[in-house]
Amino acid sequence: MTSYFSFFGENAGLLLQITLGHILLSVVAVVVAVVLALPLGAWIGHLHRFSFAVVTVTNVFRSLPTLALVAIAIAFVGFGFTNILIALVVLAFPLVLTNTFTAVEGVDRGTVEAARGMGMTGPQILFRVELPSSVPLIMTGVRTSWVYVVATAYLAVFAGRTDTLGDVINDQAGYGYAGVMAAATVSVVLAFLGDFLLGLLERAVTPTGLRLMAAQARGAAVPVPA
Amino acid sequence: MTATREPRTPDRPPADIVFDHVVKRYPGQETPAIDDLSFTVRAGETCCLVGPSGGGKTTAMKLVNRLIDFDSGDITIGGRSIRSVDVTALRRDIGYVIQQVGLFPHMTIAANIAVIPNLLGWSGDRIRARTDELLDLVRLDRAFGKRYPAQLSGGQQQRVGLARALAVDPPVMLMDEPFGALDPITRTEIQDEFLNLESEIDKTVIFVTHDIDEAIKMGDRIAVLRQGGVLAQYGTADELLAHPADDYVADFVGADRGLKRLSLRRMREIVAPDGLPDGATEHADGGVGPSVDADASLRIGLSTLFAAGADSVRVTDGDRVLGRVSLAQLQGAVSGSAV
Repeated sequence: MTSYFSFFGENAGLLLQITLGHILLSVVAVVVAVVLALPLGAWIGHLHRFSFAVVTVTNVFRSLPTLALVAIAIAFVGFGFTNILIALVVLAFPLVLTNTFTAVEGVDRGTVEAARGMGMTGPQILFRVELPSSVPLIMTGVRTSWVYVVATAYLAVFAGRTDTLGDVINDQAGYGYAGVMAAATVSVVLAFLGDFLLGLLERAVTPTGLRLMAAQARGAAVPVPA
Repeated sequence: MTATREPRTPDRPPADIVFDHVVKRYPGQETPAIDDLSFTVRAGETCCLVGPSGGGKTTAMKLVNRLIDFDSGDITIGGRSIRSVDVTALRRDIGYVIQQVGLFPHMTIAANIAVIPNLLGWSGDRIRARTDELLDLVRLDRAFGKRYPAQLSGGQQQRVGLARALAVDPPVMLMDEPFGALDPITRTEIQDEFLNLESEIDKTVIFVTHDIDEAIKMGDRIAVLRQGGVLAQYGTADELLAHPADDYVADFVGADRGLKRLSLRRMREIVAPDGLPDGATEHADGGVGPSVDADASLRIGLSTLFAAGADSVRVTDGDRVLGRVSLAQLQGAVSGSAV
């Protein structure tokens, strides 16, 4: 039986391969979820309507066990990448949707009214006022969904994929506890690392004015140029 | 307009705003929010809309830029029905200032002011020139252009709100309790500045406020609305204070309306040309006594007179003594037909 630490060395090639597979699957799942949820959440938030539908959809989606979804999806799309992708998108979608919707709907009423009264059209208000103000909260949703997806992507094994960390995590008989622990560790590191990188992205895309406003809301002194 | 101003947007003359039997009814509500409202705000004048909460003053204002649509009647600006114009074009021609200010927090002050010029495709040079001009107009240092709303005080933010509303030099402005959220000192300061600014920019303004004193100060004319969006009275502050149409208006302008009328006129207007007014005697201490500036309000004059316990007060214009004003004259100025 190899030890936990020596497993990394002895199986470096395998670990690298399944880690890359894990990352690829997770990235695609989060990207698809964002592409679907962001426009929908933004539009609903902009309209200030259908919030009940959002809450319902979110609750239904979040109550579906991913493993059950994989099993159900076998009936429709068979085994493979599409199967696990659907299950992970269902997991990530409501997180991004809720945050986007909440962020856009929550943009200060006075700001939106001023924009409308000045003669900005609906799309101009959405793209120039509401979405820029929503960046931090939307990014929070993306970061959370990344953590969830990475932690769940190991279920790909049940959809017939053998190129994720689940390949090892689900095969205690083959790789031993050391292997399971090692793969799980990589998964945790991936979750944190991705969250960190998305945090950097969030910082980069958050408008300066919003950062100052958030600092002010926390009670910190806002730097004022001399 | 001072002659030294930079090249700017061509002057756009102010326009009449006419409410013509306007009715607004919200679905599911028994009584209309605005009921058969008719009045005219003349070009270049400021009309203050006052009334109780639920009196429809904000609703009436929002009908003008179609944030709310009316059911019947018509509203015209410069003779054109607001329904005959594209709603976006209409709004871009109307400056809009609200209590919450509503600056865009992610944009710099300069970018906030330039939002509509940008959408209209102005050149960068023209936008920069206009932004500087507007910052000067609202008395903010041009360096503020690079700051963000979070770095400004409430009063500064509302100055930017004003500048933004004036960006394309709209002929008409709508202001919804614009100074309502400011502390009393800042409010008085920005009110005074806006009065100055108005004489420079010549706009037709509809100004909503719940504060009758603000309305008296800011408005050329005041429209008093009562519950249900009915026009109770429309007239100058002096007309409202001297001849309230009914008990409701009398109550609304306040039991101290006699004192308020004193604020509307200046000592210069009632001082006797020279010599002493009838019945007044020179003060015992050899003609020194209390004095007030000719441009002070009658209210200040009365206060000075009371404080000194004198029969009359000297009115001075610089070093010159214009004459004296007695208590009886002050009384006459607000009680009788003297308007």
